Amino acid sequence: MSSIYQAVVLDHYRNPRNSGRLDKPTHSATALNASCGDRLQMDITIKNDIISEVKFSGVGCAISQASASLLTEAVKGKKVTEALALEPPFILELLGVTLSPSRMKCGLLSLETLKKTLTTQK
Amino acid sequence: MESSTLKNHFPIFARQPELVYLDAAATALKPAPVIAAETAYYEQFSANIARGIYPMAEQATEAFERARAKIATFIGATTPEEIIFTSGTTASLNLAADLLASRIKNADNIVVTAAEHHSNFLPWKELCQKKKAHFRITPITAKGEIALPALEKLIDHHTKIFACTAISNVLGIINPVADIIKTVRTINPDTIIIIDAAQAVGHIPVDVSVWDADLVAFSGHKVFGPTGIGILFGKQTLLQDLSPVSFGGGMVLDACATETLYKEAPARFESGTPNIAGAIGLGAAIDFIDSIGIEKIHAQENTLAIFACQRLTAAFGETIQIIGTDLPATKSGIVSFVLAGAHPHDVASLLGEKSICVRAGLQCAAPLHESLNLAATTRLSLSIYNTEEDIEKLITALQEIKNIL
Repeated sequence: MSSIYQAVVLDHYRNPRNSGRLDKPTHSATALNASCGDRLQMDITIKNDIISEVKFSGVGCAISQASASLLTEAVKGKKVTEALALEPPFILELLGVTLSPSRMKCGLLSLETLKKTLTTQK
Repeated sequence: MESSTLKNHFPIFARQPELVYLDAAATALKPAPVIAAETAYYEQFSANIARGIYPMAEQATEAFERARAKIATFIGATTPEEIIFTSGTTASLNLAADLLASRIKNADNIVVTAAEHHSNFLPWKELCQKKKAHFRITPITAKGEIALPALEKLIDHHTKIFACTAISNVLGIINPVADIIKTVRTINPDTIIIIDAAQAVGHIPVDVSVWDADLVAFSGHKVFGPTGIGILFGKQTLLQDLSPVSFGGGMVLDACATETLYKEAPARFESGTPNIAGAIGLGAAIDFIDSIGIEKIHAQENTLAIFACQRLTAAFGETIQIIGTDLPATKSGIVSFVLAGAHPHDVASLLGEKSICVRAGLQCAAPLHESLNLAATTRLSLSIYNTEEDIEKLITALQEIKNIL
């Protein structure tokens, strides 16, 4: 069994991209991972149906933090409809590792938060 | 017996010699005699109980009832009739809530504590919401002990139920159950008192008569027994006043009468075919515990937990926060901690990659974590198959993990 703590994951965990809050987001939401106590918040600014700005904050494990960092990087500049259509395999591709079912929910918290944020206008 | 020889009783180590299993509070590993007892039932006399009148059915019934009697003696019940078989602690506590539901009115209150596992929290919270009764939560101190002065203020003459854990599943604090019950009874002698003993039975000597509890719940699988079997102990005087809440075969005397006539306790609370193999396996688990001695088990787990706390503190100093009391006398074999800069999920995941099994997260105890302002914790929980060597392996692994994260 190879470790899920590969270079990409550790890099994005130690140096998260798009970490923090936006001053005046058009969309904002929080999602929870009930069993582990992780909490992820996202702020997004949508201009002409395009994700122009996105930031995330919250507490979580390396997998959930790295996946949020990678996902926010990936969706910046994307159409809202494109982002809403993203599926779990996309996250696994970004992370570059295989997750066990118990760690899958850590990896997918970012995607859940993203979709919730995109449908939650401020 | 030394713990290295005690390890020989658990077949899993023959298959996985490298395994460092520090998750007994989730479920204990199974010793050979328990596995053998369950298998023996399936291979030799797998008939239903309390129904057939052929020899094999009688053998199964006898083995099942013998297990009930063993359990009664083991926890200090007055008679085997005070022992109801369920599928586990959660089922026992939900059954208790269902059995007591008709006694709750809207001006009443139910008191729990912030140290409860969700299984001894949610059934009571739900019951209060259904009956529009008041749900009261006794706070815990910064060290995780139940705040007794606060409890005294919460119990009043409208308190119908008080539910409390014997040992916190997160902190391993052994609560002074007998004293707590005495306090509650002094204020309101009519309050029905339920003790969640899931982390106590099999770890410390438990005597429900000394506690003077009305109802006590625990699971088979946490005391070296099989999964899917559990116990709800109830004082005979209470059980005989309660009406059944689940109906079917095995619990009725006269189903055709205008007013259905039910069997006495515990049969009236055990509708349907029970987990026969599980009950017999649990009986074998009690024999196994008796063969070692419960006092010795407690002493060994307590000593190893204190050793673990000392080694963790020595290795990580200011960067580790061990949660809960530092009084050795009140510790079971459970130790929860937070390592600075390392999320518990990552710690548990990386330990898992090294065959070291611990629990991480909220541990089904969100109110406790909220009370102590903790996002999540990592828990190690010890049993008689654990050794100081296991703790040393844990420390070495944690040092490596700190460097990775």
